[in-house]
Amino acid sequence: MSESATAAAAKRPDDGLPDPAGDQPATRRAGGRRLAFARLRDLALIPAIIVMGIVGQLVNPVFLQPDNLINVLQTMSEIALLVLAQTLVLIVKKMDLSLESTVGLAPGVAAWLTVPAGAAHGVGLLPGAWSIPVTLTVGLLIGVVNALFIIRFGLNGFIVTLGMLIVLRGILTGISGGQTFFQLPQSMLYLGTTQWLGMPASVWICLILFAIGIVVLGFTSFGRSLYAIGGNVDAAKAAGIRTDRVLWIVIVTASVLAATSGLLLSGRLASVASAQGNGYIFTVFAAAVIGGISLNGGKGTVFGAFTGILLLFLIQNVLTLGGVPAQWIGALNGAIILVALALSRITGGKAQD
Amino acid sequence: MSTAAPVAQATAITKRFGSTVALRDARITIAHGQTHALVGRNGAGKSTLVSILTGLHAPDEGTVTFNGEPAPRLADRDGWRQRVACVYQKSTIIPELTVAENLFLNRHDRGRGGLISWRTVRAKAHELLRTWSVDVDVRTPAGELDVEQRQFLEIARALSFGARFIILDEPTAQLDGAAINRLFARIRDLQRQGVTFLFISHHLEEIYEICDTVTVFRDARHILTAPVAELPRAELVAAMTGEGATEGARARRRPADSTSPDVLVVEDATLDGSYENVSLRVRGGEIVGLAGAASSGRIDVAETIVGLRAADTGTVRIAGARPRPGSVPAALKAGVGFVPQDRHHQGYVPEMSIADNGTLTIPERLGPPGFIDGRRRDTYARAMIENLAIKTPGPEMPVSGLSGGNQQKVVMARALASDPKVLVLINPTAGVDVRSKEFLLGKVEEIAESGTGVLIASDELDDLRMCDRVLVMFQGRVVAEKARGWHDHELVAAMEGVDLDV
Repeated sequence: MSESATAAAAKRPDDGLPDPAGDQPATRRAGGRRLAFARLRDLALIPAIIVMGIVGQLVNPVFLQPDNLINVLQTMSEIALLVLAQTLVLIVKKMDLSLESTVGLAPGVAAWLTVPAGAAHGVGLLPGAWSIPVTLTVGLLIGVVNALFIIRFGLNGFIVTLGMLIVLRGILTGISGGQTFFQLPQSMLYLGTTQWLGMPASVWICLILFAIGIVVLGFTSFGRSLYAIGGNVDAAKAAGIRTDRVLWIVIVTASVLAATSGLLLSGRLASVASAQGNGYIFTVFAAAVIGGISLNGGKGTVFGAFTGILLLFLIQNVLTLGGVPAQWIGALNGAIILVALALSRITGGKAQD
Repeated sequence: MSTAAPVAQATAITKRFGSTVALRDARITIAHGQTHALVGRNGAGKSTLVSILTGLHAPDEGTVTFNGEPAPRLADRDGWRQRVACVYQKSTIIPELTVAENLFLNRHDRGRGGLISWRTVRAKAHELLRTWSVDVDVRTPAGELDVEQRQFLEIARALSFGARFIILDEPTAQLDGAAINRLFARIRDLQRQGVTFLFISHHLEEIYEICDTVTVFRDARHILTAPVAELPRAELVAAMTGEGATEGARARRRPADSTSPDVLVVEDATLDGSYENVSLRVRGGEIVGLAGAASSGRIDVAETIVGLRAADTGTVRIAGARPRPGSVPAALKAGVGFVPQDRHHQGYVPEMSIADNGTLTIPERLGPPGFIDGRRRDTYARAMIENLAIKTPGPEMPVSGLSGGNQQKVVMARALASDPKVLVLINPTAGVDVRSKEFLLGKVEEIAESGTGVLIASDELDDLRMCDRVLVMFQGRVVAEKARGWHDHELVAAMEGVDLDV
């Protein structure tokens, strides 16, 4: 039907505008359908999460107990912050692999400086109260170095942060002598151990930071500029967005979030192992992609990323409750990631990018 | 109106990039309410002039004025945007974001608490599109729009900044006939509302249809500016090429030998959703056109022949053999050469050299199995460069560094590298300057002379004119066959689904 209308338009190019409405109903209907679909994509994992709830309850009645759920949230809170950080970076079409080393190094440096000499490899230069500022500052500095290489020198983010991953891990091994820091100062333990209103502080921090992420990325010009940069950086520049400045902020923020994550983790474990955070980055990428974040930039939401990591941890929890031997959890985790990706490919309708 | 200062004026502009002079003492004056054409072959300096007029580059010498006032500083992006906007060939729409957000990117409406009020943004976007009669749902992701809607969106966005001078850089390159007509209708409409256009196109017909004044650039210089009505086509072409070339001077090829065997036979091919019961034959030495609008299915038929798609039913035979459907290697092996629809997309690998690109289809000829002999490859490449007159310092030049016409020649060279029995060309001259176009089409005739069967799937009348016969597709069916010597209007009518014969 659209062809006849266009033919008519072709015959009378002079009498003003052809009626575009008569011309594109099909496109518009399709557009509307896809639109609804795009919104659904954001909620695509909700049904899966509900199914996991039911399955979990059938496997073990403990599953839906508040204590168990809070436990799940607490164990995932640290890695969830990394997912949040990686989400920001992926949306601007960059990558940051070094996040997992930052998780170890930032609190590691704080512990090194504050743990009294003699205990492990501490040097005890600073009083314990300095540990949190030191942790965040180290995160900030790592972010600045990353941004310097990636933005100022225009190097490939994947390779730069791969290098950083190795360097930072090495520094932590160096300062700790490959040992674990114990006897952390009180301030470092606080966030990992305190309860606020009946929930662990780390859960609150995680949820609050995700809420801020949702608001910033969905409802501020700054947040939208991340999508613009990831979608088409030239168009973003043409629209007057200071792309380099936004990228700087994103990369540095991601590292600071990783440092925060490290702080929560070492607080909960009351130690900083030299391998802290090792291998996290794979789970982080998997959760982000399952949650609908595109590796090609410009696509996905913070909420989606949150459902991604939540789903992964719920499944792990169900497996543990179901009595799956710990030795097999790793293999199952990998399989779950692949299945979840296949599912999101089906619900997303498009090839994974 | 005519006494008012020109909307935009550039005088005595010189711009150098390193040792190349992109513009030498060039000028252009665009009067209010005009639609002004800027033409020239690739490399004539058009793009440089556009980047200077839009404030992306500062000229080394010379001045730019808008409405008689000097242009804003380069850093004052808002100042430029209020005066001039350019709709580039390369879209500046962000596909992942909605239409509304694309319109108000980085200037969203804030509600309470400094947060974006999406409701206001959508309402304003809706209002804006309604003002300029663009019928698109503002909540659609921009990536879902077709090329035509995207262009309208970019024009509307430009107008919303307050600019009333809009540069259209080859807006029709990716549109089919009907969409071009709608674009022109809109241009005329906006022109009545006081919008001035600078229109850049390779299609001279379009310039005669839509423009008032034409400015010709050649070799970085201004050649002439004249009212379109007073400039015969031959003179315009001559001004562009710098030679006394006249239109249609190409020698007529003798018709194909009617006894030569069929090299391409398509029988009863159907692909659900794009074409139905398509049958066609091409003899050796024959040039057959496959005409139709962009959505008519002609491209799908051509892509089926080369193995990019597989038909649901029906057969494709190439020189008697029947290659496995849906397999490009099988089609190539059977003797197909192919120039794809969009050279940027499917035609070449931009960062690879001419030599590598040109010989992508024939690795087996470049050395012992599995190996590539660089010297042999370069020999092939040099032959191609000479054969197709590709303008380049040498075969090691990456294709991304060539002009559009020369890039298309590389794609053509690749198609010819395997000495095909059947050559399938989709829109072979899209986005190519006049001279390269003449050259490419001449080359096609030469190839046909040597006994190759050629199928040209295009809606460009110039491509189809040299065909021995033209099959016209409409809504997935072959609806007409025209022997050589058709009139433009009957072919266009058939492509649009209007049958004048009955």
